[in-house]
Amino acid sequence: MNNFRKNKLIDHGFKIMGMLFTFLGILILIILIYNIVRVGYTRINWTFLTSLPSRKPESAGIYTAIIGTLDLMLLTVLFAIPVGVGAGIYLEEYAKKSRLSSLLEINISNLAGVPSIIYGLLGLGIFVRFFNFGGSILSGSLTLSLLILPIIIVATREAIKAVPHSLKEASFALGASKWQTIKDVVLPSSFGGILTGIILSLSRAIGETAPLIVVGAMAYVPFVPQSIFDTFSVLPMQIFNWTTRPQQGFAIAASGAIIVLLLITFIMNGIAVYFRNRWQKKLQ
Amino acid sequence: MAKETAITMTKIKEKNSDSEKIKDTSSKDGAKIVIKDVKVWYDDFMAIKGIDMNIKPNTVTAFIGPSGCGKSTFLRLFNRMNDYVDGFKMEGKIKLNGTNIYKDKINVEELRKEVGMVFQKPNPFPKSIFENVAYGLKIQGIKDKKILNERVEKALKQADLWTEVKDDLKKSALALSGGQQQRLCIARTLAVEPSILLMDEPTSALDPISTSKIEDLIFELKEKYTIIIVTHNMQQASRISDYTAFFYLGELIEFNKTKAIFTNPEKKQTENYITGRFG
Repeated sequence: MNNFRKNKLIDHGFKIMGMLFTFLGILILIILIYNIVRVGYTRINWTFLTSLPSRKPESAGIYTAIIGTLDLMLLTVLFAIPVGVGAGIYLEEYAKKSRLSSLLEINISNLAGVPSIIYGLLGLGIFVRFFNFGGSILSGSLTLSLLILPIIIVATREAIKAVPHSLKEASFALGASKWQTIKDVVLPSSFGGILTGIILSLSRAIGETAPLIVVGAMAYVPFVPQSIFDTFSVLPMQIFNWTTRPQQGFAIAASGAIIVLLLITFIMNGIAVYFRNRWQKKLQ
Repeated sequence: MAKETAITMTKIKEKNSDSEKIKDTSSKDGAKIVIKDVKVWYDDFMAIKGIDMNIKPNTVTAFIGPSGCGKSTFLRLFNRMNDYVDGFKMEGKIKLNGTNIYKDKINVEELRKEVGMVFQKPNPFPKSIFENVAYGLKIQGIKDKKILNERVEKALKQADLWTEVKDDLKKSALALSGGQQQRLCIARTLAVEPSILLMDEPTSALDPISTSKIEDLIFELKEKYTIIIVTHNMQQASRISDYTAFFYLGELIEFNKTKAIFTNPEKKQTENYITGRFG
């Protein structure tokens, strides 16, 4: 009887502790956002969004950084999705279980944990110097593609693994080939999971600064990039640069840019959640 | 003109040369299966230890035996579903209407259109009812809406599901009850028009009413198909099958007319199993 009461007490205590920790995380996030919005909201207006960077903090805007970020993300998506999803499908559906394939698996998981600056150096060596793309949008997006590839591959594999084996068997038993089964049964069922992985990896890519510094993204680009071989800037670069300036005006501009970056990330995540829910509803 | 026809004829012949051997096109009946000295290994484990058996067309054959006796493995040999299992190795011959289906040249996809399979747990695709039944046809490249509609309706009628679902074919198959889902899976299999129907414990996840519906169905389908059913339910085996095979530890202990097996088994092991003394 005594033991029973003790267990109940521990149970209750643990619940309260878990609740406190949950609120602690959220509270810190709220304080952070509140602080940034309090400082930066004065700068959020159309002129800020459509102005080129400037030496004067009052007239500095983030137009080049936004366009650079969007261009970079678009190209990164184009490079990373086919390769990442393709590799995931191959490893999960085609690769025979062998020492080589398990070595590949371990390495891909490890790659997902490699610090991003290392990818920057890789991009510098391969894309900037060897292929001679220079410090361009192309180099930047290829580097970010490498960075998020492991995440997409792992997410694709997990999503495919979650497709019930019985569905694949049903497809094979009806005379479907392997590719037909993947195309008509496996991919539709795992679409939500793959999409979530892609968007999460993009959310990571959009905030990356270190590898882009190495590859050669500029903090001060007084024009909008016209081609993929142009130099570029991105929001995190711009923020990083402004926060290192002594003038108070740039600190405010940085807060404004942070709000925009956060909004873009939230919108992207929102789209992912929307698509996933819609997909799940369609399946039910 | 005559030349043209001749060319077309050869083309058709070429196209069907593989399937022709499997499918006895002269009649739309079920196929005959001949099994000769079949052995199966999973890595070092011998799952089937040399089985000979003849299965007559248009009969229902029940495979019974305790779990792990190899009856499901044996069933899955007929549509080569074991090919995907790691470490699977097979010896011996299985002939469908005279064609050895484990010959190298056999097109496995083509074979599976002839040998349909219904699984233990209903496994409809997360698609609409219509799409589920049309799946097997669409992967064959049939796109004509009219043909698809006809074949889907025919299959659903054969599976005794048409009256229940005809008004909401666009509804997700996952919204159906377990029994309806299993009949949908049967319809899906029938739509491809196989000549053999393999059923791996098709009613073990269903309630008694759904079970009896499916048993009635099996009885009707016998006219057109050769049916092999794995079951753990002795009454079911005695109710619906013409022949019964009792497996134990990878061996075929006894294979005879169902009536004989259940009233007068030759082997002691068979008697013990069907009377519930072991297994």
